[in-house]
Amino acid sequence: MNFDLSDEQVLLREAARDAFGRVKTVEAARAALEGGELPDLWPTAQQAGWSGLLIDEQHGGAGLGALDAMLVLAEAGRVLAGVQLLGHLPATALLNAAGFDGEVLAQLASGERRAAYVPARPGDDLDPAWTVEPRTGAARASAPRVALGDDGLATVDGEVAWVPDAPGADLLVVVGVEQVTGAPVAVAFGPGAKGVAVEADTAYDATRAIGHVTLDGACGRPLDATEDDLRRAWFLAHALIAAESLGAVEECLERSVAYAKERYTFGRAIGSYQAVKHALTEVLRRQENTRSLLYYAGWAFGDAPGEFAAAASAARVAGGAALDFAARELISVHGGIGATWEHDAPLFFRRAQLSRRLLGGTGDATGRLAGELLGGSATVAA
Amino acid sequence: MDLNDTPEQAAYRAQVRAWLDENKGHAPATRGRGDEEAAVEAHRAWQRRLAEAGYVGVTWPAEHGGQGRGPLEQVVVNQEIAKAGVPGILDSIGVGMLGPTIIAHGTDEQKQRYLAPMLHGDEVWCQLFSEPAAGSDLAGIQTRAKRADDGSWRLSGQKVWTTNAQFAAYGLLLARTNPDAHKHKGLTMFVVPMDAEGVTIRPLRQISGEPEFNEVFFDDVRLEPGSEVGAVDGGWGVALTTLMFERLTIGAGSEGMGYRADRFARAIASDPAARRDPEVRTRFGELATELLALRFTGYRLLTAIQRGQIPGPEAGLGKVTAVNGAIAAGDLIADVLGPEALKPDSEWSYLISFLPGLKSAGGTEEILRNTVGERVLGLPPEPRLDKGIPFSELRAKERQEVGA
Repeated sequence: MNFDLSDEQVLLREAARDAFGRVKTVEAARAALEGGELPDLWPTAQQAGWSGLLIDEQHGGAGLGALDAMLVLAEAGRVLAGVQLLGHLPATALLNAAGFDGEVLAQLASGERRAAYVPARPGDDLDPAWTVEPRTGAARASAPRVALGDDGLATVDGEVAWVPDAPGADLLVVVGVEQVTGAPVAVAFGPGAKGVAVEADTAYDATRAIGHVTLDGACGRPLDATEDDLRRAWFLAHALIAAESLGAVEECLERSVAYAKERYTFGRAIGSYQAVKHALTEVLRRQENTRSLLYYAGWAFGDAPGEFAAAASAARVAGGAALDFAARELISVHGGIGATWEHDAPLFFRRAQLSRRLLGGTGDATGRLAGELLGGSATVAA
Repeated sequence: MDLNDTPEQAAYRAQVRAWLDENKGHAPATRGRGDEEAAVEAHRAWQRRLAEAGYVGVTWPAEHGGQGRGPLEQVVVNQEIAKAGVPGILDSIGVGMLGPTIIAHGTDEQKQRYLAPMLHGDEVWCQLFSEPAAGSDLAGIQTRAKRADDGSWRLSGQKVWTTNAQFAAYGLLLARTNPDAHKHKGLTMFVVPMDAEGVTIRPLRQISGEPEFNEVFFDDVRLEPGSEVGAVDGGWGVALTTLMFERLTIGAGSEGMGYRADRFARAIASDPAARRDPEVRTRFGELATELLALRFTGYRLLTAIQRGQIPGPEAGLGKVTAVNGAIAAGDLIADVLGPEALKPDSEWSYLISFLPGLKSAGGTEEILRNTVGERVLGLPPEPRLDKGIPFSELRAKERQEVGA
């Protein structure tokens, strides 16, 4: 029994914290809301080797696992850093699993090229259809339709909204369904591929580069990926967004505790009031639960693949709710000033609001976990 | 990250499993109903059998009849016992918490006299700490022990929430020996024979109707000289040792509470309409998140225990998660099954009845949150009105405030 980070993982986390600590990302997050430029953290990711985190060593990557990726994303989340790994890592994990062109993998590993994952949600125990994010509304949209040609290329039609890190990506990995069989298939598109359009957008949290992807008879290279690989990519993205949330929760809690110790009312530090103390221990409880579930997801990714969907979904549910709670608490502890533009708390609140609604949203992850346990494929370890 | 045993643990597990396979025919039923005395005797015999095989007091030093093994081996034994579907030992409170306290603080004579019969289940022990007006604030106990000239003691007062008191041979009791000292300073720990004159035991029935606990009354009970464990007026330190072993026992047994997402999932999945219902799925997904988090936080705790760390107060948050997660599960299952879930022979009826009390067991949720907030997050303490005042004055002040 060893359910803790390895020494290497602790070092990886510390290195990530140091690297992000050298850039004023939180200030940039506020400036970006008023049209300022976000710092380009991609060179940081390249230098640190994060771009190759999930690519095999033979292709110049680090060949590490999902948990390692989560540790980096948690540190990014802690300082609201927009580092484009949420799009790049699931895409590269998919390309790597599919045994994609070694030269391209090497370029992605070095960070010379950046990929983005254009996700589709796998069917569940109630509905086998693969679906994608709609631009708006409760009904999910059909996944892009893929026609596989005799020339080994694929033609894709469809739209996927709210794709993290899509703008400016050098390679898009689009998950769609084969138009006749309905089987899921991933197709890679290089820069400037004909029929591919990415409309850049932001919503509420300017640190996230989002794109709406339109494919109109777009011609790309299909990946030799299994359905399991495509499922794993979706849940990996969930685990990564949960990890980002964990980092942000840690930061919210540290800031809340520090302020609760120094702010006095009625002759006492406000942290001595049970109402405040109990709320902050609730943040801690949710934070540690999220951490445990991320460890579970990291462990399942390698050691119990049948449980990965359940584990990553649980982490997503816990992380999303934890960040929502922690960000609101950060505002409340600070009182009125915590809700002003000049304070950092709203930046974490903005992150919480958007994160909860990407990639199917935390509500979908809740239903997914229920489905996995109530009738789905996962047999959670005895 | 590795959830598997080390080769040594795997070998030990195989040994425990083989022994259980061979011996589980001797185990009593898990939840005994009917003739309590016969059930206790069967359970006692089962503990004796386990003890003779070396599976009781796994972590106790060899000189006191234990195996001198690490806490993870104790966890292995607990897990294998649970997997075999047989009950654990009769006196888990004695062996898990009170014996180790005597090992840490008792005299050689006390260790000689009490430990071996405790280990074998020949003499069961109970924990006499909490009182009607002192639970979370344990140092506020009022049970009084006065020393006579011959060194014997006279004990008067009341304890409550006492598991196993009805068949215990001895109790480990915290009493106030110096009311003029500050609250934490005037306490002493004692060994109390439960058959002494003046001891009255009354069952305390819970919501389910079953008596899970007892109240124990002490009316001028005489304790022999040398009944104290640890120093006179040094009882608070002894009590803290017991509570530390309690955390260790709970930490090592956190999986054993049975509040697992897959167990509740089976109950709901058996109803196809419920499985598809969006509201049921949302509620179940949320509570399953909590219970999965509990299980994997438990593995983090076990990792720390394996490294020789004692669980800190943060482990208390696991109890908050467990209780509230299980309450949500019981509610959902009763909503799905309807009144049938509330009938007396339903396992859910028992669970639903048990949980409201569990919320306060081992410290109320509010006190746990205070402790975690102060000791883990480092938040400033609540203002304390009981600091620096002799206990007797504190009590007088309390009485005055309520106008008694």
